[in-house]
Amino acid sequence: MADEISFSPDDKYNAFLATCKRAPHGNGKLAGVAVAVKDNITTKGIETTCASKILKGYVPPYDAHVIGLLKAEGAAVVGKTNMDEFGMGTTTENSAFGPTLNPCDTRRVPGGSSGGSAAAVAAGMVRMALGSDTGGSIRCPASFCGIVGLKPSYGRVSRYGLIAYSNSLEQIGPLGKTVTDVSALMGVIAGHDRHDSTSLDKPYNHTPNADIKGLKIGIPQEYFGKGVDPNVADVVKKGIGRLEELGATTVPCSIPSMEYALAAYYVTCTCEASSNLARFDGVRYGPAPDTKKSWHDAYQEVRSAAFGTEVRRRIMLGTFALSSGYYGKYYAKAQVARENIKADFNRIFADVDVIAGPTMPTIAFRLKEKSDPLSMYLADILTVPANLAGIPAISVPCGKSEGMPVGLQIMGRMFEDERVVDVAYAYEQAVN
Amino acid sequence: MADAEDQVIVGLEVHCQLDTKSKLFCGCSTDYRSDGPNTHVCPICLGLPGAMPSLNKRAIEYAMKVAKALNCEVLNESEFSRKNYFYPDLDKAYQITQYDKPLAEGGYLEIESDEGGERKIRLTRIHVEEDPGRLVHMGNVERGKYSLVDYNRAGIPLIEIVSEPDMRSPREARKFLNKLRATLEYLSVFDSEKEGSLRVDANISIKGHERVEVKNITSYKGVEKALLFEVTRQKNLIRRGQRIERETRHYLEARGVTQSARSKEQEHDYRYFPEPDLRPLRVRSWLDGIVLPELPDARRERFMAEYGCSLNHARTLTGELKLANFFEKVVASDKPGLSPLASTWIADTLIGELNYRDMSLDNVDPAAITGLVLLLKAGTITDKSGVEVLRVILDQLLKGEMAETPDAIVKRLNLAKTAGDTGAITAAIEEAINENPKALEDYRAGKGGALNFLVGQVMKKTRGKADPAELNRMLAEALKKRGA
Ligand SMILES: [Zn+2]
Repeated sequence: MADEISFSPDDKYNAFLATCKRAPHGNGKLAGVAVAVKDNITTKGIETTCASKILKGYVPPYDAHVIGLLKAEGAAVVGKTNMDEFGMGTTTENSAFGPTLNPCDTRRVPGGSSGGSAAAVAAGMVRMALGSDTGGSIRCPASFCGIVGLKPSYGRVSRYGLIAYSNSLEQIGPLGKTVTDVSALMGVIAGHDRHDSTSLDKPYNHTPNADIKGLKIGIPQEYFGKGVDPNVADVVKKGIGRLEELGATTVPCSIPSMEYALAAYYVTCTCEASSNLARFDGVRYGPAPDTKKSWHDAYQEVRSAAFGTEVRRRIMLGTFALSSGYYGKYYAKAQVARENIKADFNRIFADVDVIAGPTMPTIAFRLKEKSDPLSMYLADILTVPANLAGIPAISVPCGKSEGMPVGLQIMGRMFEDERVVDVAYAYEQAVN
Repeated sequence: MADAEDQVIVGLEVHCQLDTKSKLFCGCSTDYRSDGPNTHVCPICLGLPGAMPSLNKRAIEYAMKVAKALNCEVLNESEFSRKNYFYPDLDKAYQITQYDKPLAEGGYLEIESDEGGERKIRLTRIHVEEDPGRLVHMGNVERGKYSLVDYNRAGIPLIEIVSEPDMRSPREARKFLNKLRATLEYLSVFDSEKEGSLRVDANISIKGHERVEVKNITSYKGVEKALLFEVTRQKNLIRRGQRIERETRHYLEARGVTQSARSKEQEHDYRYFPEPDLRPLRVRSWLDGIVLPELPDARRERFMAEYGCSLNHARTLTGELKLANFFEKVVASDKPGLSPLASTWIADTLIGELNYRDMSLDNVDPAAITGLVLLLKAGTITDKSGVEVLRVILDQLLKGEMAETPDAIVKRLNLAKTAGDTGAITAAIEEAINENPKALEDYRAGKGGALNFLVGQVMKKTRGKADPAELNRMLAEALKKRGA
């Protein structure tokens, strides 16, 4: 009954960690479409490592909810893509299995953490891919690789089977070369799943519509200020100008709570990660320690050896922030900051329909350019607000700077994923 | 009432498995005890990467029944939290439990205090959590080569009921537990007979001294024993002028002693934070839909009013759901006629005989006890024969045989009272006196013990069938005739 497609890409960019030479597919909306899947999404029978040594050899006995949905619509899951280990990074350099290279310029990173998915799409190895976005992990590589990526509203796509990094922030989402493809993939993966208590009954049945006459776009000053490359800002301003030509109006606005966004983001994600990743103890997954030590000492040994530097750093940070006496100072405060950010967005969205700005403050970094963690964390400043607030955000290519792609980011009201897709579509149609 | 100088102060944390059909966060069956290891598991209760919990509503309903029955206040919003620690039986390396927003707070349970009368033991809170898996050590836990993990138990719903330090003796602690067990069973949310379905941690101190936590008590009797051991240990330390350390101790059931936990285990920082994969619980409105059944206190009052049971008998009979149901079945056909005898025969005699044989009440047919009580009531057999009939029945059941009816046993063993058959008794009396001239002499000399001795001899000869009152009268007469 099931047909197969053969898949043997020339993976010059190290985009894939695993490929299926022959991938079965069925009938449906995505019949025969090759879809690449980020390696933190559980696939039955296909090794799933999160690009970490600690999960090397782990072959899940079950499919993530979204994988079931893909298969039901006839898609072929052709491989698992490279990423920053457990999603912790902005470059896909933090993979235990080597960095992915940017197909637009192999001296540069593809962005992260869904860098493998973005590179696979950008290089034309697959038409669509699934990524996950905790603090920009879909939008950043989409921007750096010159493709489209959508972070859905929190709760629209089931996280069941997404190997958790930061549960309260992340969503699985689609990447593709066109807004139409991204919208089609979103249509397949969205909807309620009883296995994910945080998922909502908000299916996505939408055909992109390029008519944006009368649309009000908020332009937050923080998205064009300090730390944003002026050339990138110029490209994005021109892009927004195209939207005005299509009948949209722009309104300047401000998100003062953004001052705390990075702190709130890194406290939240490291705390949750320190708990999520505690189960990887070398007993049931990964390389068993060659040791006769007692449990606790053996855990320490295997976790020190099998987690990468950035993962260990974030586990330590999160463990510290949650320890006795510090919860109120860090995690609880971060949640207050999130509420403030939500309130700022709500206030702005009372007046405008969407907010636009650059996806990333710069073009793709050169490999090894971001060697100190703090400068890498700062690169997330424009993407994390959407995760902290749970709102939908899309990145669509809007020109080039220094020959590298620049992404225009459109953020929308909670559950108005359709609208950000429409705005991205209007832009895409206007420039093509 | 002011506490004495060496007053014992006890608070309990009781973990009970809720008797739901499926686990707390997945669809796996909870009926694992007769199956092999790791056969009742799925990605969720194995904590596989990517799996997420989805809450079993029934478990929350059960917990709310308990909260309502124990007079607790169900919070408007409660939430699940993660308790993080490393242990091989904990698949996710955190336990999903409740921390600063438990399901319910406050409440109380009434127990019979050591001074007699009812006393309220206040409750701090009730929360819901998942059970971890279980370790099977290959040999000694310290020196064994390896341990195996069984996740069948992982994810079984538990409620933790935390009391205030309101108990004043190990005995009161046992009474609290028994009352709690009865209440949970009346609510049909708990099966005390399932192995490991109850675990207790106890906090115990002597007034004015540091408190000690005793963990890992897994039986009802164990609680009293562990606490008695601690009371003695702590009082001895105080007597010798030593300080009591604030510490955690483990109860070693087999040896009946407590042992200090390694200091490492006492330094836990569980790094609690709200479980981001579950939504907050807003379930207080469910309370309106919860109809409580008759609970132990109400049933005790009813047994006294309806069946005329004494307070003690009513307490015993209603102290276990099964026993209370059993009693009502026994007397159903004639409540006023059967209750007085049935309550003492069940509460005193039957319980004792069952305990002696380590038997469960489940084996006994209430109709057999009704039959026995009818024989006793009609005066067909003596109390002594009644006990014999009961023992025959229980022994037969214990051997796995079909028990005879009381009537059949009385007939087969010829236990019917010899009342009216004065000839047999007279003959036995004459025989007894003739065979024991010394007793006759003693009787004449006014030694009271002689009469009792002779009664015993006659009873032996009539094999207990003689009515004791009748026998006494006839023996006295016979002795008189002999000039005594
Ligand atoms: Zn399960």
